[in-house]
Amino acid sequence: MSKPSFVYVTYIAASPDRVWEALTKPDISEKYWFGYRVQADGKAGERMTAHSPTGKLAHDDPIIESDPPRRLVYAWQPLYKDMQGERPSRVTFELEALKGQTRLTIVHDEFDEGSKIFGLISKGWPAVLSSLKSYLEVGRGLQPSWDDEAAKRAAAEA
Amino acid sequence: MTDTTKFTPKTVYVTYIAATPEQIWQGLTDPAFTRQYFSGFAVDVEPRADGVFRLLYPDGRVHIAGRVLDWSPPRRFSCTWVVEGMQGFGELPECIVTYEIEQAGGTCKLTMTESHSWDVPEAILAGGRAGWPAILSSLKSLIETGKALEIAMAPPAGFMEAVARVVAEKPWRGAR
Repeated sequence: MSKPSFVYVTYIAASPDRVWEALTKPDISEKYWFGYRVQADGKAGERMTAHSPTGKLAHDDPIIESDPPRRLVYAWQPLYKDMQGERPSRVTFELEALKGQTRLTIVHDEFDEGSKIFGLISKGWPAVLSSLKSYLEVGRGLQPSWDDEAAKRAAAEA
Repeated sequence: MTDTTKFTPKTVYVTYIAATPEQIWQGLTDPAFTRQYFSGFAVDVEPRADGVFRLLYPDGRVHIAGRVLDWSPPRRFSCTWVVEGMQGFGELPECIVTYEIEQAGGTCKLTMTESHSWDVPEAILAGGRAGWPAILSSLKSLIETGKALEIAMAPPAGFMEAVARVVAEKPWRGAR
């Protein structure tokens, strides 16, 4: 059995610079990433951090590669209590400019077989990236409702 | 009618759209919409189970032909697809494309599933895996902003060769 790997592509009517900013700056991420403040604008070796809407630290992972506005790679190891025990997985974003638009590809891999986190991110990324696209095109993110489990977890950890 | 139990999902794409299920249904079934986001193709569908389903080129020629398997507005639209408008492709077995629309809090979740009845090579599945994200991203933009995206579509590297190979070898015959 091969190790699970998640791939998702979306096309956004915004420049790679704007998409990059939205992926790396907490003041923007909180507007579409369901209230999460995601900081990932450092260099390789620096940290990617994410704080939940209640201010709780949800991620504190190394940035593996950063080539703005083209390629961003960071480790992914959620700090939620019920997700500990899995080794870090890896998130890769690739941004390509297309006539003033961006083709955004995410590959989330390096999971162990049978990973619980894999199931959660497979549901989560389409919601996060759909909301990112809406935010950049319309100015408004989507309502958080894709995953009741995530909402319950955030409430329990608050 | 097609025996859907022989088909397995091979490609799934999910997107969330700030719209009602009815607006998304219209986006999928009204040619005035599909022409804008689906590489210029006009959908032409008889709105009932076992009705004719087609995607037409701008000049009216048939690109895709099939049958409606499920017509349940505004929740589920499923049909068979056979590529008719390209030389040699018509010999490929039909696939099934299913759209499901669900309310998800303040937004709607659209799930597209492409299912096949035989062991389709990765190089052929790559066609759908490249195409669906572009088509459905453009549908989302069209519904939310009134403007589709500008994406030039082309088959991925190795796709045409893979189709030519299976049309010559017909691997779906023995495997059944």
